[in-house]
Amino acid sequence: MEEFIPPLPSRINYINAEYGLKSWLLTRDHKRIALLYLGSITFFFFIGGVYAMLIRLELLTPQGDLLQSTTYNKVFTQHGIIMVFFFLIPSIPATLGNFLVPMMIGAKDLAFPRINLLSWYIYMLGGGVTIYALLAGGVDTGWTFYTPFSTTFSNSYVVATGLGIFINGFSSILTGLNFIVTIHTMRAPGMTWFRLPLFIWAHYATSLVMILGTPVIAITILLLAFERLAHIGIFDPAVGGDPVLFQHLFWFYSHPAVYIMILPSMGVVSELIANFSRKNIFGYSFVAFSSLAIAVFGFLVWGHHLFVSSQSLYAGMIFSFLSFAVAVPSAIKVFNWTATLYKGSISFDTPMLYALGFIGLFTIGGMTGLFLATLGVNVHVTDTYFIVAHFHYIMVGGAIFGYLGGLHYWWPKISGRMYPDGWGRFSALLIFAGFNLTFFPQFVAGYLGMPRRYHAYPPEFQVFNVLSTAGASILAVGYLIPAVYLVWSMRYGKVAPGNPWHLPGLEWRTQSPPPTENFDYTPVVTWEAYEFAPPEEMEVVGKYHDQTAEKV
Amino acid sequence: MSEHIVPVKVYISIFLALMVGTAVTVLAAFQNFPGALNVIVAMTIAVVKATLVVLYFMHVRYSARLIWVIVASALFWMGILFALTFSDYWTRCWLGCT
Repeated sequence: MEEFIPPLPSRINYINAEYGLKSWLLTRDHKRIALLYLGSITFFFFIGGVYAMLIRLELLTPQGDLLQSTTYNKVFTQHGIIMVFFFLIPSIPATLGNFLVPMMIGAKDLAFPRINLLSWYIYMLGGGVTIYALLAGGVDTGWTFYTPFSTTFSNSYVVATGLGIFINGFSSILTGLNFIVTIHTMRAPGMTWFRLPLFIWAHYATSLVMILGTPVIAITILLLAFERLAHIGIFDPAVGGDPVLFQHLFWFYSHPAVYIMILPSMGVVSELIANFSRKNIFGYSFVAFSSLAIAVFGFLVWGHHLFVSSQSLYAGMIFSFLSFAVAVPSAIKVFNWTATLYKGSISFDTPMLYALGFIGLFTIGGMTGLFLATLGVNVHVTDTYFIVAHFHYIMVGGAIFGYLGGLHYWWPKISGRMYPDGWGRFSALLIFAGFNLTFFPQFVAGYLGMPRRYHAYPPEFQVFNVLSTAGASILAVGYLIPAVYLVWSMRYGKVAPGNPWHLPGLEWRTQSPPPTENFDYTPVVTWEAYEFAPPEEMEVVGKYHDQTAEKV
Repeated sequence: MSEHIVPVKVYISIFLALMVGTAVTVLAAFQNFPGALNVIVAMTIAVVKATLVVLYFMHVRYSARLIWVIVASALFWMGILFALTFSDYWTRCWLGCT
């Protein structure tokens, strides 16, 4: 095993290679840009979290006693906008993807390092404009900006918020473009398409969605702004437009945007399940192609958001059928992960707890998605808390569990330090419990008829809301614990070896943290993805790096 | 990556063609064609202009097959957007409109 691991010249790595603010703000290193994104999205996550907290506190009692109805409208709108556009969409691709796509394929950087940095600046500009809109007075349309309320009736900062999202979209497009070109052109010798880790396949599929979908939301928001400012008649029936057209255009992007959130998370989970079972993934090519299938099918199902919008019943039937179809590739993944666990050598480290949590929660989120794809059931639960529970099971139970699992898994590589595993497992379990207590009662409340987007509600729903708010408090503590110990570990954590989990992936065959160029040699890949050597042999890989680093 | 160098006169010709297209669009807007012809004329001019931009200003005419595939994919995706949106508009009144 030792022959393909040349010695490391020094302990210089991407973090200590250069110092000073300028070295970070002008960096072209994909790993440093990933950390810039990590800090930024964490900032937005906590802003979105504060809004969530306000929502849950307001709903603790049936009366609208903490917030006025207009304020409440702004609070849930801003929670959605911040969380969707500024946290969930960039979460895994811009942080873990940026850090790992080049490393996992054996490249020194992304194909366009300057464009990568530009994407972060665009993200910050879009975020800054949105924050300005929120501070100036906020927006109350719901994150979906439905017409004609957004174009004609809302007296809030619709155009400014839309501008922030419009700008931010370009950041997403540039990231997707960079990943696709990198994966096509910069794979190390021997790294064939079917030796790629499934994390890479997932990011490739995500990038396709980013490039093909994001321009449509940009144009839609532009049309919305023109309509609001100049009343050009795209969405207003009085001058020949159609308000439902907005919903078609909006969801053409925003439904696939859910796959921008969940596909990278599925990529992380594929890594975690295979690596913490120490077993080759069951049905590699099925899992890989199911990512592409989800990306393609994801574009064909948007009309299930319009079942009660006056959309044609015939179109509704087509979209209903297609929405059932998209469940097939998602189910392939879940079955293959489960089959991978069978007779695996499973270890319940923190990342694996998140991965297992993901499988359960994503399954519940996905199955309730099938309820919603059914025309009749959809009419019953449209605009109720059933919908809110469903998409939080996908977005939080799916996307955030994958993100946190991935962050813990690669944290030793990113920071060069180990996190305290006991706290890691404790917070993973706490988040799982808090999440379910928050959102499961919402399924029941919604099915019984509690509508979403109201600050006051009939008293019979209070018990579900009290449970939900209690769960949200646990969830908040669960999120704060990793934030504290990960920051703590950067200074006080145990020094991480090059390969702490004893795994075969390329990113583990270099020091932790990696040097600026990732590898001191161009790796030549002669093994298949997830080809596990006997444990004692893989241990040598880790120890070898440590000893070499210590000597130097 | 295309190494083809396009002569400046080609760019100028395309620019002039686009200007003519814009003028024709404005003129056509003042004519009241029968029925759906208004939309058909406006869209035809727009598609011709867009094609010129894609082929010459974006260099697709001189690019590798892979670029053609990417352009075709983008057009196909736009086709999905149009087709499924029209699955709503064209069938909305099949059960009667008020």
